[in-house]
Amino acid sequence: MGERPFIHPYIPNAVPATKEAMLRELGIDSVEEIYAEIPDRLRFRGRLDIPEPILAERDLRRHVKGLLDRNTSCDENLNFCGAGCWQHYVPAVVDEVVNRAEFISAYCGGDYSDHGKYIARFEFNSQLAELLDLDGVANPIYDWGDVAGRSFRMAKRITGRSRVLVPQTMSPMRLAEARTLCQPEEMATAVRLEQVAYGPATGRMDLDDLRAKLGDDVAAVYWENPGYLGFIEDQGAEIVRLAHEHGALAIAGVDPITLGVLSPPGTLGADIACGEIQPLGVHMHAGGGCSGFIAFRDDDPVFAQECPLELYTLLETETPGEWAVAEAIPERTSYGSRDQGKDWVGTASGLWTIAAAVYMTVMGPAGLRELGETCIARSHFAARRLAELPGVDIGLSPAFFKEFVVNFDGTGRTVAEINKALLRHAIFGGKDLSTEFPELGQSALYCVTEYHSEANILELVAAVKEVLA
Amino acid sequence: MSDQTKDDVQAKLERLGRLRREGGALHDYHAVRWNEPLIMEQSVPGERGIFVSLAEQSVTDEVGDPYQYVPASMRREGAPDLPEISQHQALRHYLRLSQETLGMDLGSDISEGTCTMKYSPKLHEELVRYHKHSELHPWQDEDTLQGLLQIVYDCGEYLKAISGMDAITLQPGGGSHAVYTNACVMREYFRERGELDQRSEMITTIFSHPCDAATPSVAGFKVITVMPDENGYPDLEAFKAAVSERTVGCMITNPEDTGIYNPQIDKYVEVLHDAGALAFTDQANANGILGAARARDAGFDACHFNLHKTFSSPHGCEGPATGAYMTTDKLARYLPVPVVTKVGDRYHLDVDRPASIGRVRGFLGNWMGVLRAYAWIRTMGPDGLREVAEISVLNNNYLDRLLMGVRGVSRPYAKGHRRLDQVRYSLETLKEETGVGTEAVRDRMIDFGIQSYWMSHHPWVVPEPFTPEPCETYSKADLDEWAAVIKKASDEAYDDADFVNASPHASSCARMVRLEALEDPKQWAFTWRAYKRKVLGQKV
Repeated sequence: MGERPFIHPYIPNAVPATKEAMLRELGIDSVEEIYAEIPDRLRFRGRLDIPEPILAERDLRRHVKGLLDRNTSCDENLNFCGAGCWQHYVPAVVDEVVNRAEFISAYCGGDYSDHGKYIARFEFNSQLAELLDLDGVANPIYDWGDVAGRSFRMAKRITGRSRVLVPQTMSPMRLAEARTLCQPEEMATAVRLEQVAYGPATGRMDLDDLRAKLGDDVAAVYWENPGYLGFIEDQGAEIVRLAHEHGALAIAGVDPITLGVLSPPGTLGADIACGEIQPLGVHMHAGGGCSGFIAFRDDDPVFAQECPLELYTLLETETPGEWAVAEAIPERTSYGSRDQGKDWVGTASGLWTIAAAVYMTVMGPAGLRELGETCIARSHFAARRLAELPGVDIGLSPAFFKEFVVNFDGTGRTVAEINKALLRHAIFGGKDLSTEFPELGQSALYCVTEYHSEANILELVAAVKEVLA
Repeated sequence: MSDQTKDDVQAKLERLGRLRREGGALHDYHAVRWNEPLIMEQSVPGERGIFVSLAEQSVTDEVGDPYQYVPASMRREGAPDLPEISQHQALRHYLRLSQETLGMDLGSDISEGTCTMKYSPKLHEELVRYHKHSELHPWQDEDTLQGLLQIVYDCGEYLKAISGMDAITLQPGGGSHAVYTNACVMREYFRERGELDQRSEMITTIFSHPCDAATPSVAGFKVITVMPDENGYPDLEAFKAAVSERTVGCMITNPEDTGIYNPQIDKYVEVLHDAGALAFTDQANANGILGAARARDAGFDACHFNLHKTFSSPHGCEGPATGAYMTTDKLARYLPVPVVTKVGDRYHLDVDRPASIGRVRGFLGNWMGVLRAYAWIRTMGPDGLREVAEISVLNNNYLDRLLMGVRGVSRPYAKGHRRLDQVRYSLETLKEETGVGTEAVRDRMIDFGIQSYWMSHHPWVVPEPFTPEPCETYSKADLDEWAAVIKKASDEAYDDADFVNASPHASSCARMVRLEALEDPKQWAFTWRAYKRKVLGQKV
C-alpha cells in the first residue's frame, strides 16, 4: 500500500496511455527526443534537491497550516501597527467578489473575453477619481513607494528637470524604493531627491526650507497627507502654489481612506497624486495587500502621455447603451515600445483594484465619512489616554487622522522593550521609530482605526501601564 | 510531413471542428451578457452598502467633535461622488462583472503563451485566506512571523535548487519587477567597482520579454537589442559584435518567446564574462525546463522565476504576483533588504546589508505567491516538477502537430527544430489569402469559450503572430479543442472572411465603437467624471 503511479491530479496527460498516444502522433518514442534541442552540456541530469512530494491534499493542508499556525495574527493579537499597511475592516462582500474564480484566475485576456474585468477596473478608477478629485487614474501597480518613484520620474519627463523635493518625514521605506527608481547620482539620467525639513513641533513641512531649496531646476515638490508620522499636513495648497511659482509640479502622496473627510489632492491643486489602495478593502497579507496608484490632471494630455502605467478608457459598442472599456495610448508603455516606453509595466495588482472598487461602492460617501470620523475620534481618544500615563507624551501635531507618535523618553524604557513586553499581553505595539527618526527619541507610531473598539483601546492603555509600572 | 500524415491530421481536425452536440470538440457557447449599467449609474441617493463602526458615546464625550482636529483648510467640502447603493445590488453588479470575465478556471488559457496559465489549486486559496496569513502585519515582531518566514526561507531554498543559484530574494512584486531588480543589482555591482562611467550598455534580444529592454533603461542604461538569424536567435558572431568594454551585461529570455531554446546560450555568457560583464536570464518561460536545465549550468550570474506562472500562483486579473530573483554568490551582497535568513532554528529578516541596492518594494513582498509556490512545490516533489516540464513540452509539440495542419498557419524560424514550452506562429499566409489576420482570429476564438490568444509582444517581428502555451494543466482533449477552434476560424476565413472579421459574435458585449478615443486626448476618458465632462458635455 502507499505506492501508486505518479499521475498527478494537476497533470492529466501524465496517464501513460495518453502520453503514448501523443508520442505516437509525433512519431517519437520519448520526450527526450524533444529535449535534444538542449545541448547535452547544458542538460541537468541530476535529481532536484527538493523534498519528496506530499501527495494527499489533506496531508499538504495539515503541513502548511501547521507552519502558518506558528504565526500570531492580528485576529489573535490587538494590533496598533500601521505605518504604510493598515488594519481596516474588510467587508465580507468584498471578499465574496475577489474570491470569485473568474477574477482570481483571469490574466491578460482581451477586452471582449474579459469584458467584466475591464469594466470593474474602470469603475475602480472612476471611484478613486472622485475621492481624489482628479480626472485621470491609471491602473495601479506594486505599492506606494514604487508609484512615488514613478511619479518623480514622470515629473522629470514632463518638466525636463531632474531635482525632486520630498519631505524629511517621508516614510524611509518609501523613500528607499523611490531612490532605487531614481538611480544613484553617478548615473547621467538620475533624479536627485532632496529632503525638506519639518517643523519639530508639528511634523508639517518647513516652508522656509522649501523656499530655500526651490529653484528652476526642480521638477516637482512632493508632500504626503497624512504624513508618514500621522499628522495632517495642512499646507498643501501653499506647497502647490510655491511649486508652481517655480515651474515645478506638485505631487501629493495620499492615503485615500482619509478622503471621506480630508480635502482631496485635486482640490488642493496637485498635478499628480499617488498613494496606497490597501486600506480600501484589502487584507494586509504581511504587506502583500499593498498596491500603489497614480492619478493626474487630464486638462493637459502630457500627464497621460507621460504616465508609465496602463490607462483604460470608456467606450460604447454597436449595441446602443452598452459600455465597453479598452486600453488607451498603449504604445506609450514598455509593452508598446520596449526600452523607449515610459518606465515599464508588468503584472501589477489587478485583484486589489477590484477589491477596492467593491469597497468604495459599499462604503459610499456616508460610509467613508463615518469611517473618517471614527478614526479621528478613537485615535484621539487613545492618544489622550496614553498621554495620561507617567512619562508618556504624544509627539508632533495635535491634528492627526489615525496615526500618532507616542514618545516614551520619560519612562526610561525603549520602544523595543515595551513592544516585547506588550506581546505578552497579546498586543502588537506601534511601529518603533527610534532608528528611522532618531531625533524623536524613543517614539512609536500608533495606529487606531474603526477596527478598534473603545474596549480595545482601554486594553492597550492598561497593558502599557502595566508594562511601564 | 507525408501526404498520408497530412490527411490524418486533416481528418482529425474536421472531426474535432464540429460542435459538441455533433460529436466534435467545440463548445456551443455564448458568453454571459448582462449589459450592466456602470455602478456609478446605479446610485440612489440615501442607499448604503454597509454600516460602519461609530465611535462610542463615551469616546465622543471625551474627545468632542472630530472635525476640531482637522485644520480648516483640510476639511473636505462636499462629499465624494461615490455610488450610493444597497449591499445586494452592489454585490450583484460585481458578480455579474465576474461572470463577464472568462477566467482561466472556466475557459482554456492555452491561448496565453508566455504566461504559463496553469491550474492554481484551490487549497492554496484557502491557505492564503487563513487569518494566520491574511491578517499578518508586516511590521509584526519577527518572533510572531516564524511560520511565514520558514515557508519563505524553504521556498527560497527550493527555487535555488531548481535554478542552481546561491542566493534569492522574493521581494519583487512580479516578473518584470524581478527583472528590474536585476538591472539595479548589476548597476550596483559596477557602481561599487567605479565602472559606471565606462559600462553603460545592456544587451537583450528582440524575442526576450519587453521588460528585459525596458527595466535596464529605467536603471539608466542604454539598451542594445540583437536580432535573430534564421535560427530564431542571434548568431554568436552577431552577439559578440554587440559586446564591448561598455557592456554591463545581458538580459535574455531562454527559451525565447518563440519557444526556441538557444543552444549557444552558454557561449554568449562566456563572451560576456570575458568582457568583464554579467549575465542574467529571464526565466518567464521556464516551465518546459524545470529539472531539465538550470540557469547556473549555462554560467549565468542571475536569473528569475515568475511564481505566478511557473509555480502555480493565480494571476488575479494581472496581479498581485511574485518575482523570485536569484543570483550566484558573486551578486548576493547586492540583493534588496530585508533578506530572510536562518540561524539555528530561528528565521530572521536581515536588514544589515550595507552593499544592498536598498529596496524595490515596500515591506516584505507579495508572499501570498510564495505560500502558494511552496505548497505547489511540496505537492510536486522532484519527479513531479520534471513531469510538469516533460508534459508541457509534449503538449506543446502535440498541439504544434495539429496547428501545422491548419491552412494559413506557419511557424517561422528554426526549420527542423522542435520548440519547448510554446510556439510563436504566424497567420501571414491566412491574411494574404483571405484578408483575415491574427486579431480577427483571436476575437473569433472567444465565440467558443476559449480565451482570446496572446499574439506577440511588440514589435511584431513575426507577422500576424499568435503564441499558445499548452502547459501541463491541459488534457489531450483540451489541446484537440484548441486546435479545432483555430481550424474552424481558418475554414471560415477561406469561406466567409467578413464573418470572421466581424468577430466576436458571442461575447459579453458587442463590438466597440468610437475607437479614436484610444488616442485622442479630447475623447479619452479614464474615469466616469472625465467621460461626463468630455463626451457627455456635462459640467462636473
